[in-house]
Amino acid sequence: MKKLRLSPQTIPMVASVAVLIVLYVGGCLAFDNFGSLRVLINLFGDNAFLGVAAIGITFVILSGGIDLSVGAVVALTSILIAGLIGHGLHPLAAIAVSLAFGAAFGALMGTLIQVFELPPFLVTLGGMFLARGLGFVVHPESLSIDHPFYGDFVSQTLSLPVTRKLSIPFTAVCLVAVVIGATMLARWSRFGRNVRAIGSSEASARLMGVPIARTKILVYTLAGALSALGGVVATFYMQSGNPASFVGLELDAIAAAVIGGTLLRGGVGFIPGTLVGVLILGVIQTLIIFQGTLNSWWTRIAVGGLLFVFILLQQLITRRKK
Amino acid sequence: MWIDLVFWAGFAGLLWVNRSRPVFWPLLALGLLLLFNRFTTPGFFDLEIRDGRLYGSLVDVINQGSKVMLLALGMTLVIATGGVDLSVGAIMAIAGAVLAQVVGVAHLSVTVAIVAALAAGLLAGAWNGLLVAGLRIQPIVATLILMVAGRGIAQLITDGQIINFEQPALVFLGNGSLFGLPFTLTLVLAMFIFTALLVRGTALGLFIEAVGDNETASHFTGLSAQRVKFLVYVFAGFCAGLAGLVAASNIKSADANHAGLYLELDAILAVVVGGTALTGGRFQLAGSLVGALLIQTLSTTLYARNVSADIAPVPKAIVILAVCLLQSPVLRGKIARLGRFLPKTKGGAA
Repeated sequence: MKKLRLSPQTIPMVASVAVLIVLYVGGCLAFDNFGSLRVLINLFGDNAFLGVAAIGITFVILSGGIDLSVGAVVALTSILIAGLIGHGLHPLAAIAVSLAFGAAFGALMGTLIQVFELPPFLVTLGGMFLARGLGFVVHPESLSIDHPFYGDFVSQTLSLPVTRKLSIPFTAVCLVAVVIGATMLARWSRFGRNVRAIGSSEASARLMGVPIARTKILVYTLAGALSALGGVVATFYMQSGNPASFVGLELDAIAAAVIGGTLLRGGVGFIPGTLVGVLILGVIQTLIIFQGTLNSWWTRIAVGGLLFVFILLQQLITRRKK
Repeated sequence: MWIDLVFWAGFAGLLWVNRSRPVFWPLLALGLLLLFNRFTTPGFFDLEIRDGRLYGSLVDVINQGSKVMLLALGMTLVIATGGVDLSVGAIMAIAGAVLAQVVGVAHLSVTVAIVAALAAGLLAGAWNGLLVAGLRIQPIVATLILMVAGRGIAQLITDGQIINFEQPALVFLGNGSLFGLPFTLTLVLAMFIFTALLVRGTALGLFIEAVGDNETASHFTGLSAQRVKFLVYVFAGFCAGLAGLVAASNIKSADANHAGLYLELDAILAVVVGGTALTGGRFQLAGSLVGALLIQTLSTTLYARNVSADIAPVPKAIVILAVCLLQSPVLRGKIARLGRFLPKTKGGAA
């Protein structure tokens, strides 16, 4: 009899997919309408900005680093776009400026980490404070975006109709596109291989001739750009920008990556897994909303508990490998 | 005028005494910041005595900074073992919630409430210690769990309510004054002396540094690295519990959402600014306190100059990154290489 064998890389992935299915099916059995297409579509649409940002952080974790600035950069980008549009810039130009800014911000942090050998934890913490404060410099409070590009084009023209009443929002399309692109980048590009090589062992990677400095700076640049893209997606979703929003988003993003099977010591990870992690967080939130009587803080406890279980699982796997 | 002179002479003396110690740099930064305030922020050094207690920006720095100073003491030891504790802010929320619940809802005595809150801090620290030392999970990850779940647990304890309390003894903890100075100063000094005796009076400090330097080597010298690690997380939990008491006392209630929010970051920064490397090994307990004061002085300076609380993180981040850059061996190497072609400066000699 052929025995089904799972490699250490795939066990967390299988486990997280199983958790997602159990939670989703459980929700469908417990509540009417939970299984409706609308809920499923909203699951992607509502969590798109988290998903995009979480994929950026997955690359950083793959390289053995960490990025705590994600939530602040998402918030800063959202208010930057709203502010630029408010000053009469075309939304596409505002989006381009924000993406460039996010990438530059990431590159700056990457340079500090690589060139001055500062711990990623500390530099991105500084980056978080900086981005959070800069958001308030741009505009001190929530600013709504009032432009036909946002009102009609993004939320009407670009969404994919499924039935007469239901359509897939553009944010969900963005998320899926980013996941596919990032998966290809991580799996089949030289950059992706280099990132994982550095995450597994920087010393070995250096001996193999992997360009360490360039790759690491690029990883933080990519994460900065994806955080900015998360901010862009957030403006699509909220039709506004807010410098005070998305506090603690980085924790959700890290949790999603870990639950999706990315080892926090670097080197091992899977981009679609992060999407699964994001969807699990989304399903938990939806479950609590459907349940109605539980407070929203149960989400935090559930996410913490899940994080614990998956970290334990990672620990067991890595120890068995030794 | 005389007080002014005595203060600066005293500060200069403090700098001179510590000129070859690692605490010199954060102390110098603090001195420069104070000097900047002396000449550009009106009223920053004004002190007045009302009802037998001192009021002024300097007193605010001490009172507001006490929470970060308490956290920084525990965090120093954790970072010295090569770890980090991200959950201290959440533990503060838990301790505050327990305190308010015991006095506000269960109507038990103040002593019971304080003991219960500190026990909650110890328990939370023990959980972190168990994950790091027992299950050998990386510290950032292990403490992330409680950081994510902790505020939820605090909400669970208070049932989502903000519980107020009026007990004079509890209000005194964070707002009272002793000998004209805030009581929190006494609390911080007592904890500092206790910690210093604990780690420098016994071999514990040496053990912590050994584990942080090289865990394998410390294991071969017969040290139980896991036990040392467990202990530092328990201690950090206790400090967080104490800081949680002060935070709850400050606002006379437990606010699970905002108590200690972001303070873990301030505490880590205080430790790093104070000269303890995040990689573990040597630690500077006094440096951490100076680091905490530096960060708090910076915040108070910004408020005194009417910078909005929302924008305050920008200058804070710039200072943090600048201090980290100054401590970076790579940059120091570059400066040293540059220095060979330049006449010797005072800064280079220290």
